[in-house]
Amino acid sequence: MWSALQFEFMRNALFASIIISILCGIIGTLVVVNRLVFMTGGIAHSAYGGVGLGLYTGISPFLGAGIFAVLNAIIMGLATVKDRDRADTVIGVLWAIGMAIGIIFVDLTRGYNVNLMSYLFGSILSISKKEIYVSAFFTILLIGWVYLFYKELLAISYDEEFSYVIGIPVIPLYFLTLIFTAISVIIAMRMVGLILVIALMSIPPYIAENYTSSFAKMMALSSVFAMFFSISGLWISYYFNISAGASIIVVAGVGFFISYLLRAFKKRKRWV
Amino acid sequence: MYFSYEDVPVLEDICFSVEKGDFCVIIGPNGGGKTTLLKLLLGILKPDRGIIKVLGKNPRDVRQKLGYLPQHTDFKLSFPISVMDVALMGRLNKRRLGKRFTDEDRKKVEEILKMLDIWEYRHLHVGRLSGGQRQRVFIARALATEPEILFLDEPTAGVDPEHETGLYEILKELNKKMTIIVITHDIGVISRYARSIACVNRKLVFHEEGKITKEMLEMAYECPVDLIAHGIPHRVLPEHN
Repeated sequence: MWSALQFEFMRNALFASIIISILCGIIGTLVVVNRLVFMTGGIAHSAYGGVGLGLYTGISPFLGAGIFAVLNAIIMGLATVKDRDRADTVIGVLWAIGMAIGIIFVDLTRGYNVNLMSYLFGSILSISKKEIYVSAFFTILLIGWVYLFYKELLAISYDEEFSYVIGIPVIPLYFLTLIFTAISVIIAMRMVGLILVIALMSIPPYIAENYTSSFAKMMALSSVFAMFFSISGLWISYYFNISAGASIIVVAGVGFFISYLLRAFKKRKRWV
Repeated sequence: MYFSYEDVPVLEDICFSVEKGDFCVIIGPNGGGKTTLLKLLLGILKPDRGIIKVLGKNPRDVRQKLGYLPQHTDFKLSFPISVMDVALMGRLNKRRLGKRFTDEDRKKVEEILKMLDIWEYRHLHVGRLSGGQRQRVFIARALATEPEILFLDEPTAGVDPEHETGLYEILKELNKKMTIIVITHDIGVISRYARSIACVNRKLVFHEEGKITKEMLEMAYECPVDLIAHGIPHRVLPEHN
């Protein structure tokens, strides 16, 4: 098991997995309890437009995806803040438009781009030191933000109307949550790709929620679960020579089903 | 004051004022606009026309001085949050953004939880409580804001009779310090505790006396209503001839 660590790319991948797991555990908890799972999926997929734009213009596709993700998060936020009932439709539309724009830009880009798959499904093994530092810096920023506004984020996530009544700036914090989610999506995209990122953000909090009555502990526990999934997925991919991103998600998926069955079993006290 | 959802008028020609220290009961049929009226007074909704003043100001400017118990407390039951966390939420406000809770906050909440008989549940997950227990947790949260006006939307929905009377006794006690505005269907409560009554059914009729009449109920419900009195000791409604 340790032999794999003689390779620098494996050590980098391991460090990155740990950092990204912490990130996904924290932001994923906010996403799950605020029912933003679909929106996060929308942000991730529509970011493909940014990948295409990046390839076409020659700027970094990650930067392009980041800009697209943040802009889409803001647009989705604006569209949903007043009318939560139709939020899903708006998200679905932006989701598709973003991807379509990406495809068109890739078509327009001269030459065949071999790296396209890595944006869609991740490429943790090729992560650089610099990218690890950026991820770590952003994770620290996220932890600082959550620590500072923990009470308010808890109140808004639990009962938005009451939070509004007592004067918490609900809307600014909602948008900040979306922007942090968008950037986290792009960072996690490096590991599992923009199509798979939603699983890494939603599965660990879903499981963690069963074992705690505290929001903070849910974040911590989610990070631990995410770490377990990504590190075991990484080893599996190394030994069987298969994609790391997909392996991580499959391991997480197995965890999800076990947790789902346990949950269903515990709740089976009614007829329907 | 007028208010409508989309094109459906919900409240029309509303004009009334509640005195400081009042115990005002809002009654009316389902869909008559009671909860909407409360949300307008709390600054959650904005009126189409007209002016609402709470404590002499726009409701949004005095939000720190208002306590609120929502109608439904059975939401997000799987959310990982303890009784203590929910009650402490009442101690939040704009000025304390980004600061920690103090010992004083915890002391205050402890006092309230003990008063409402739920201190022993403080570490429990709110989603695991019964409806009545959860209702008291949310009342605790409303009180934790130390409001000048306390708004309660059907506070005894799902609360057992023993705690229901206890709850209104607590409200009566609190009424010495703060104004209370409560929506309820419980006619017994109205006659025992109300100092004023607002009948809401699209329009509002305000009665400065806390005595309920058959006519008021008929206006509010738009149909004849039977008043049921529970025996002599509790008989509080005037006899009908």
